[in-house]
Order: sequence, then structure tokens, then C-alpha cells
Amino acid sequence: MSDTSKKTPLYNAHLDAGGKIVDFSGWQLPIHYGSQIDEHKAVRTAAGMFDVSHMTVVDVKGADAQTWLRTLLTNDVAKLSDGKALYSCMCNEQGGVLDDLIVYQLSETNYRVIVNSATREKDIAWMQKKKKGDVTIDVPSGLAMIAVQGPDAIANANTAVQKMLSDATVDMLDLKRFSAKFVGDWFIARTGYTGEDGVEIVLPDSLVQQLWQTLLDGGVSPAGLGARDTLRLEAGMHLYGNDLDEEHTPVESGLAWVVDCDDENRNFIGREVVEDHKAFGGKHTFTGVVLEGRGVLRSGQVVQLAGQDVGVVTSGTFSPSLQKAIGMIRISKPITGSCDVVIRDKPIAAKIVPLPFIKGGQATFS
Amino acid sequence: MEIPGDLRFTPSHEWVRMNDDGSVTIGISQHAQEQLGDLVYVETPEMDMSCDAEQGVAVVESVKAASDIYAPIKGTVVACNPSLADTPELINSDPYGDGWIFTIMPDNPDDYEQLMGPDDYQAMTENEG
Repeated sequence: MSDTSKKTPLYNAHLDAGGKIVDFSGWQLPIHYGSQIDEHKAVRTAAGMFDVSHMTVVDVKGADAQTWLRTLLTNDVAKLSDGKALYSCMCNEQGGVLDDLIVYQLSETNYRVIVNSATREKDIAWMQKKKKGDVTIDVPSGLAMIAVQGPDAIANANTAVQKMLSDATVDMLDLKRFSAKFVGDWFIARTGYTGEDGVEIVLPDSLVQQLWQTLLDGGVSPAGLGARDTLRLEAGMHLYGNDLDEEHTPVESGLAWVVDCDDENRNFIGREVVEDHKAFGGKHTFTGVVLEGRGVLRSGQVVQLAGQDVGVVTSGTFSPSLQKAIGMIRISKPITGSCDVVIRDKPIAAKIVPLPFIKGGQATFS
Repeated sequence: MEIPGDLRFTPSHEWVRMNDDGSVTIGISQHAQEQLGDLVYVETPEMDMSCDAEQGVAVVESVKAASDIYAPIKGTVVACNPSLADTPELINSDPYGDGWIFTIMPDNPDDYEQLMGPDDYQAMTENEG
């Protein structure tokens, strides 16, 4: 582990909870606290919490903030009303995906954007380079972030936050899904990366240990990066670097729905290629697979149809909820029915299924 | 967890136990199962296959990653643990007992004596951090 790797303010809390620490794009974060599967199940059945302080918060403000974001992102922020969130890609001129992100509109002149940690420097440089008009880009320091996720997450988070802020008016139940608000300098968003209900809370890093402890005392289970990955994969959510990259358009990664071409005058970066792919298809399509034979799907495994290579597994794992190996695949032509995935030189039968694998706690296929 | 004193070990974290009939049984160490995390799939070797020392013959997969299991010494596979197909988590819960993976009959019984003892193995894992 390099000496340069960074610790979040919750590093000692992870050690206290028995976290096994790994290096994750330069951050020392827990992969699990004993059992990744138990943590996964806690989030699906009750509530779990993740330290996501490594994520990058970017505040975009100014009279031209909306106009500019409409050129930067594939999804259209003009659809947003104040307090609403939007998932989007940010593409280069060739339509390749630079990152995926969530943008929250506080007002038409004030947006909070949360991007990935591994792409932090690249994203900020890109945004600075492309900046136009009356826009300021600020990457605030001194913040930390906890995601509380699961069917009991809102109730648990509500209790903890009310206790800490001594403010009974903080009610997350009135916060609709995919919405966000500031409570003082705390930013509370009803979003997440697990497919469960929950909130992501951005707060001053001096208070995050207290919030973590209050949530822990309230019965919320700490969950590591391992569970975060199996949860997001079951929910059909993309991981940048695996399922999304600069070599493929959002459409070629199954994200045509975050490409909004309704306003023909909106010339967002990469539109020419991305719009063409959305209308006529790109070089690849994207879907889910469930392994029917024995084994575990992993990124990089080759997908075959009748002995011919047709694509690759971009993310794969063993689904704790379904007790089956699941994966996302990028393939050169649409396939229905079944295919093979080559695992240790042997083709293993797999079934093509739509994403997500799990919705509302239930399998989406039989 | 205490390392049983009758075991030998490999640098790749397999343990090896000598049986009364001269065969040796192989599994992965407590340290190895902790590193891997929750196991979800085990591919045991083909029965009757001949294997060389350090040849990859089995695979264990956790939610996190796949890991090859190597034959510690040259020999022939004479048994595989049938319980692992449905309950791979036995390797997590009882790595030195019910979580055994396969058994081989060594070509040369003396090869076993060349393997690392428990104290050396313990020292090795402590040096790895």
C-alpha cells in the first residue's frame, strides 16, 4: 500500500468495526467488516451504511450554470426542478464516456455534481477546460459523505440526524426519491448506489465520526466496498472503468436512457456520435446475463455465441440475493435467449436477461 | 485460530495433512480464507488426474475474486470433497476440517517431508503483513 494513499475521517471507525482495509483508487477503505454477504443482506433487508467520503463533490454556480451544464452532460438538466437529481454521463467529443455522475439542482444558478473518485482530476480538468460564461466551479474541501441504504435506511437516518442536529424539523420522509436539500451545511439526498431506498449525506468532516457512531448505535450495519459492488450490480447500476469508458458511448453501455436529444438545439459535447448511436445503434449493445452452469462471472471473460466471440463481461460477481453468478456484458450484436461465457477455457451456458437483476428486492426474471 | 500442529503448508497457502494410508489431504489455510472472504464457488480437481507439484488443479472463488489451488506435491487425485459443491462456505467456517478440498496419493511419500511446518508458515504470513 503506497504512503500516498488517503484516509477518510472514518478510517479509525472502520478499524474499530473490524474493517479489512484495501487501496481503492488511492483511498484506504474497507472491503468488508467480516462478511461481505452479511453486509449485502443487511442492506437488502434492513439498513447498511457506506463511507463514500472519497467521492468528489463539485459545486457549479453562476448565471450561466444551467446553460453550460446543458452542453456538458448527455442528460438534460432543464428537466430538473429545484431540489431534484438527475443521473447523466459526461462525454468527450467522440461520444466516449468520461464519467457518470449525479447532478442535483438547488436552483437554476446553483448545482451540486457528484462524480467518481478515480476520475476526479480528469473530470475537474475537463470541466475547467470546457467552462463557458458566468460559471464558477468549486471543489469544496472539508466534506465527508455517508450513504445509508436499505428498507429501514430513511427511518434510521432520520433518527440519527434529528439527534445530532437537535432539529425535529429535519424530516427525510418529505424528501422524495431522487431529491435533495440542504439542512444548514448538511446536504441530504435521497439517492444511492444499491437499488434500495436511502440517503446520501454530505456533511462537514468534523461531524462525520459522530454521525457514523449515532447510526451505528441506532442499529445500522457498516458495509464495505465489496457489498457496494454486489448491491449495485444486482441493481443494474454501472461502474465507471468497468461498464463505462472512453472507448464506448453511453448507448454502447446500455445507457441510452441518459442521453436526451429532445431539444434539437441542445449541442451537448459528443452529441453527433451519441445521437447517431441512439437512433441507429452503435458497434455494441449491452445487457445482463445469469450463469446457468457452475462458476462465477468476472469482468474480462469472453462471451460466445455458437463458438464465436461476440463480446465481453464488463462486471461480474456472485449475487448474494439470487445465489447465482450475474454479470453485465457488452456484445457486438443483440442476442436473445442464451449465450456462453468462457470461464477458465470452458464455455459455460448463460441466460440473457434485462437489467436490473433485482428490483424492489425481487428478481426481475425467472 | 490455532494452526493444527500436524499440518504442513505451501507458500501459496495450501495446508497438507498426511493420512494413515499414505495419501495427503489438501485445503487452504485460515489466513487464506480470511483474505479471500466469503467463498461462493469451488471447482475441485478431476478424479484420478495426475498432477505435478505446484500445478493448479482446483479453483476457489469468493464474492471478490478467484484463486487457484495448487497441488503441493506430485501425485494422483484420489478424492474430492463432495460437500463443497453446495456449501463452499465450509472453507470459511472450518478451513482445516470439513473445508478440505481434495486428496492425492503422492508418487514419492518423502515429498511431504519437504513442506513447511506450522511455525514456518505462521512466520511467513506474519511477514506478509
